[in-house]
Formats: sequence, C-alpha cells, structure tokens
Amino acid sequence: MKKITIDPITRLEGHGRIEIFLDDKGNCERACLQIPELRGFEKFAEGRAAEEMPRITTMICGVCPTAHHMAATKALDDLFKVEPTSAAKKIRELMYNAFTAEDHILHFVFLGGPDFVVGPTAPAAERNVLGVIGKVGLEVGGKVIEMRKRMRNVLRIIGGKPVMPTCGLPGGVSKRISEEERKTIIEAGEYGVEFCKVALGLFDDVVLKNKEYVDLVTGDVYSHKTYYMGLVDDKNKVNFYDGKIRVVDPEGKEFAKFKPQDYLDHIREHVEPWTYVRFSFLKKVGWKGFVDGKESGVFRVAPLARLNASDGMATPLAQEAYEKMFATLGGKPVHSTLAFHWARLVEALYAAERTLELAKDPEITSDDIVNLPTETPKEGIGVVEAPRGTLIHHYQTDDNGIITKANLIVATQNNSAAINMSVEKAAKALIKKGNVPDGILNMIEMAFRAYDPCHACATHSLPGRTPLEVSVYDADGELVKKLVRD
Amino acid sequence: MAKPKVAFYWCASCGGCEETVVDLNENILTVANAVDIVLWPVALDFKRKDIEAMKDGEIAVSFINGAVRLGEQEEMVKLLRKKSGLVVAFGACAHLGGIPGLGNFYDRESIFNRVYKEVPTVDNPKGILPQQKTKIKEGELELPEFYDTVKTLDQTIDVDYYLPGCPPAPDLIMAAVTAILEGKLPEKGAVLAPNKALCDTCPRAESKPDKLSIAEVKRPWQIKMDPELCFLAQGIICMGPATRTGCGETCIRANQPCRGCFGPIDGVVDQGAKALSMVASILGLDGEQDMSEEEVKKLIDSIADPAGTVYRFSLASSLLRRRRME
Repeated sequence: MKKITIDPITRLEGHGRIEIFLDDKGNCERACLQIPELRGFEKFAEGRAAEEMPRITTMICGVCPTAHHMAATKALDDLFKVEPTSAAKKIRELMYNAFTAEDHILHFVFLGGPDFVVGPTAPAAERNVLGVIGKVGLEVGGKVIEMRKRMRNVLRIIGGKPVMPTCGLPGGVSKRISEEERKTIIEAGEYGVEFCKVALGLFDDVVLKNKEYVDLVTGDVYSHKTYYMGLVDDKNKVNFYDGKIRVVDPEGKEFAKFKPQDYLDHIREHVEPWTYVRFSFLKKVGWKGFVDGKESGVFRVAPLARLNASDGMATPLAQEAYEKMFATLGGKPVHSTLAFHWARLVEALYAAERTLELAKDPEITSDDIVNLPTETPKEGIGVVEAPRGTLIHHYQTDDNGIITKANLIVATQNNSAAINMSVEKAAKALIKKGNVPDGILNMIEMAFRAYDPCHACATHSLPGRTPLEVSVYDADGELVKKLVRD
Repeated sequence: MAKPKVAFYWCASCGGCEETVVDLNENILTVANAVDIVLWPVALDFKRKDIEAMKDGEIAVSFINGAVRLGEQEEMVKLLRKKSGLVVAFGACAHLGGIPGLGNFYDRESIFNRVYKEVPTVDNPKGILPQQKTKIKEGELELPEFYDTVKTLDQTIDVDYYLPGCPPAPDLIMAAVTAILEGKLPEKGAVLAPNKALCDTCPRAESKPDKLSIAEVKRPWQIKMDPELCFLAQGIICMGPATRTGCGETCIRANQPCRGCFGPIDGVVDQGAKALSMVASILGLDGEQDMSEEEVKKLIDSIADPAGTVYRFSLASSLLRRRRME
C-alpha cells in the first residue's frame, strides 16, 4: 500500500500535514489532515483571574485575536451577570465589524484571490497575489493595502493595538472614543464600503464570467451536504457579535436555534489519536465518521455556513449581494465549498456597512462605557462569529473570579471534520490507479483554502500560495514519486 | 553583491508576529528588496531539505518566533542555528516563553487529560489521546512529541539578539533589521529595545506618586479606571516598573495596565521576582507598622493570581521555569 505525504500544507496551529493512503489498486482509500500542534489553553487558563482571559486568549491566534478577545469579554459579561452599557455594546460591535471586514478582504486578495481571480488552471507562477493585482490592476492593489491600514487603525483606536487588543472588560470597555477619533472611523467605514462594492464588482467581472471556475463551484468535487451553523439576530439575519446560534439541516430547514449558553446541549467533539485537533459534531445527530448527509453530525461554520443558516443580511447593500449569490447558485442552501469565497465578500460588505452605521451613531462617543459587576462570578459563556466560524468561550470560576475550568471551541475545530472530508474527496477524485497527477496540488489546495483555516496561514500569505510538497511512498517506505509546487 | 539570506520561522506561537511584520506596510517592500528570504512558512514554500542542503552559516540571520513545545520545533531551530550567522529571538514567546509558557503551571498529562477527556463537549468514551504513532487500517500516522515543559529559544539554542514584545513594535523591528543590514550591531545577547522601564516613558508617569502605597488592591473590573492616573496609584497591579519599554505604551493608552510582555530590563534575571518585590514594597506602605500580620496577609492575598500576573509572559524563562507537579 502506498502512502502519500503532503507536508506541510500551510499554517494551521503550527502547520498541517496531509497523509493519503492508496488501496491495492492504487486508488485513494483514506486521506487524513493532521494538525501537529497543541498549546493547551484550556488547561493553563485554570488559576488565572477571569478578567485577564480577554488578554490571554488573544494569543491563541494572532490573526484573529479580536475574535478571542470579544468571545472572552462576552463570557465575562455572562460570568459576572452584568449587562454592558449601550455605548459599550456599540463600541465592541463596531470594533468587531472593522476587524471582520479587514480580515475577510485580506483573504479575498491574498489567499482566495489567486484561485478565483487568476483562475484555477492558470500557471502556478501567476497564481499569487501579484497575479491577482495583474488581473485587477495596481489601483485596486493599492486600495487593499489602504483598506487594511484604515481598518487596523480603527482597532488601534479602540483596542490599543491591532495584534492583541486589550479593551474588553466585564460590563463594557476600558476606553471611550473621542469625537476626533469618530471622524477617522467614519472615514474608514466609508472607504471600506466603497472597497467592498469594488471587490464584489470584480467578482462579477472576473469570476462569474469564467466558465471554468463557475463549473467548479457548481460541480460535485467540492460539494458536501452538511449541516450549517451561525449566529443570527432576532430577525434571523447574520450577526457576528451577538444573537442566537442557528443550525440548518442539509436541506436548509431550521434544525435548532439556541442561546449560546445552551451550547452543551448541541455540540460535542470527537477525538482521533492521529491529530491534536478535536472534531466538532452535532450532539443530537451523533458522530458517524468523516461523512456528510443528514445522518451525520458533521456541520460547517464560517461565511457560507452563516449565510446558509440565516435569512439574510441586516444592511441594505449586503442584503442585495446575499440575494444575488443565492439566485445565481440555485437557491439555499449552497453546498459548494468554493462558494465560501463569494459568501466571504458578502459578509465583508455587511461588516463595512455595519462599521459605518455604528460610527455614525452619536452614542458611540459616550463616556458611559462600563457597568461595574456586583454579582459573585460563577460560570460564563461567550460566543461570537469569528471570521472562520462560531467561536465559544466557557469559563467557571470560584467566588473570587479565579478560573477553575475553561472550555474553548475555536472556529476551525468546528470545520475540521469537513476540511478533512473535502481534502479526501479531492484526493479520491484525482488519484486513480496509482496515478498521482500534478494537478492534485491545486485541487487539494483549493478545497483547503476555501475554509480559510484559522491561522496565519493564509490571510497574509505574501506570494499568495500554499506551500505544498507531495511525497509518494510504497509499502516499504521507498520514495516513488515527489511533487513540489513552486 | 549577493543579498543577505534571511529566514523566518515559527514554533509554538499564534501568527501575531507574522501579522506584525505585515503591519510594517510599505516598509516591508524595502526589506524584501534588500534581502533574500529563504524560509518563511507563512508566506513561502517551505522545504526543510533546502535548508539542510545549505552550508553552515549561509543564512545571514534567522528570526525565530514562538516557544519550544514540540520535538519537531526543537529539531528545526537546531538546524537553523547551524545554518545561520545570527539568530534573533523574535517576540515574547521566543524571548521569554510568552503565553504558551503558562503551560508550565501544568504538564503534558494534565493538559492532555483536560483537552481530550475532561472538557464538557468531548465525547471520548474510550479515553483516546493523541499518539506519536497511530496505526490505522490504511497505514501509520505520526505526530511530533509534545514536551512536558515549554522552553524559551535560548534554552534550546544559542541566541544572538532578542526582539521583545507581544508582538514586537514595528519601529523596533525596522531598527533591528536596519542595524543588521548595516552591520551596526550591539553586543551579543542584547535586547533590541530601550533599556528603560515602562514607567519612564509612560504617558501617566507624572501622576505616579514619589512614594507609592497601595492600601487596597483593586482588580480592573472593580473600579471605573481613571484614564489618566497611574494604575498603581489606583491600586491596580501594573507591571510597568518591572517591564522594559519600547512598546509605545499601547495597553496603557487603551486604559489597561501593563502585563509585562517586553520582559525585564538589562541585569534583571527574573522579571516575576522583580515585580513581586516591587509590589511587596508598596503594599500597605503607609501605615504598615500598624498592620497585624493577618492584615498584611489579607492584603497580599487580595492580589488575584499573583504568579500568573507577574510571570504572565516569563514563566518559562524564570529561575523556577515551571511548577513542580505532585
């Protein structure tokens, strides 16, 4: 039996490794994505002061520290049973949307862009961020850098620093926004909305007119009929900062809708001995292995999942974009993994519109930014939608607010079973009779990148490509073939 | 002349150091033009065998971030050390162990048990734990060894310079790169940031009383924090006196106390011990002689998680290094 190793694919909590096993006929029998990294936050949170969790869990991920910061801060609200002031909620949500807009756009250009702007079959040398800029023009390239700079400046204003923000407190935030700062934020929001419109227009011109790509999006290789999960507001619109968790089944029907505090009734995690990551599944459906369908508890999170699990977007331009996406792709739910890219742009537009909306609200400069807790802390759960999916922080403390137990379910954990399945499906489609075509690098890479697996991986991948190396070994460990993508 | 070869590598870290490099914005192009980047897993093709094929010392400088927690990380940094003229520990984790270093309050067994058996969402009736080697029906899978103890970079290999911070400040990164390119380097072992305490550059320095005394320790959620007054003067534990400056006082400017990510100034071996002695010296200073032993103890006990506060970023680099497991 042959074993193929792809090591390392890209950064996922360290880096990931894909192992592909062939059967006696040389067809792919099994593919495993391994995550060889663990740091143990759930354990060393024990003993820490609860209020420090927003400043400790940010270091889980330097790409999405704002997501952990916010989930932790909301868990503190729940822990101390304190309602944040109205202004504080708005400041937090503003910061959170500025972060999401920036993160999504960076992915569009640096990570996803090479696949769908330059095209899936373009030569490898062009499938990078320079190829994207070549196609969309230098002017747009410059705007990307400008948008990132402006949105990250919003994070700096509110949170102190974009990598590792520090402003979250139970019941509010630590710093108010000045009138002058508000003007800067409004300008950033306006810039963001305009840029996201341009990005969606590009998607129309460059991607939707590329038949090859559209065929891939609508084809079967990248499709999985799974459950979908996302936070929604009281009108079932997508919300990144707050709301209830909604799950739809593979036919798009509501399967569950619950308060974040009830997550234990709905989510369980499976452990495999060959990877350090845990695999989330729906408790009420159960773990049936790495398979899709209604009988399997595997669910997906992140942009496409959120759009599938909601009834729309809460801002006007994003709602238009939402309707157009589903109309083009044949209605809800959309199962194609590659549609994550489109959904990501719809969400970026919403995030920019929401940033602007909140910045224009005069209450945003209020100095009533924190309610002091008075209750004895015991247990708190906080949930946000990280760019890469539903993120849950759960703490228990002693009476003094010292953490006794912590549980963290990070976005990529929720998608990890599906990512494995997508990789395996691509491998099975391409590897026949021991023939390992060079194209497998592209195909696996695309399946994988659509999820934007949490981490540095991609978002700031400068040349915009995932390093890939495939080694094929026979049963005796002899190297029979090696493919390198450079 | 050939451009100097540069490598970036990450160990147990979060990607924040890489984000910070991208936050150099336009400056990153200047750097990219002046050097030849031979290894950067986040951005470039990563081929270990290419590094192995290089001559010893062929890489001018390797910037390594993250603490050392896995066997694979140790192998890789040893290889980079051999191939590099200079090694810079980049960021708090490589420098001091950082947040992953808090893992040294526990060990592998207790971390594995918590993560894979005890958390309330885990459904693992057979008590399966990740293994270094797993036989599945189709073949065998391997994982790198997870160490009991997190190590800093200089506990693993010889380190030439340190860029402190979580994350390092962009201006310090640029200054360090420029110094390396121009060959204007300080003495080996230097921390590439000002040798002054955060208090010396703090925007609230003027509000710090000449004689500090904390009558009652406050936690950041217990009072409405004054946006201009020295945190210690408000009774809130701030690591400023025991921490090197250079960060731009970003946390203070967001109205949160310092947590020490830049590590200590030169000559201080143990940042946490230094901070503890600082705190002990100002707790109840006014009226100390009138306090009973019990009152003093109560005051000290009112500091929430003292070890996790003073050693927030530096537990792995401390003299104790880790807690002894029973």
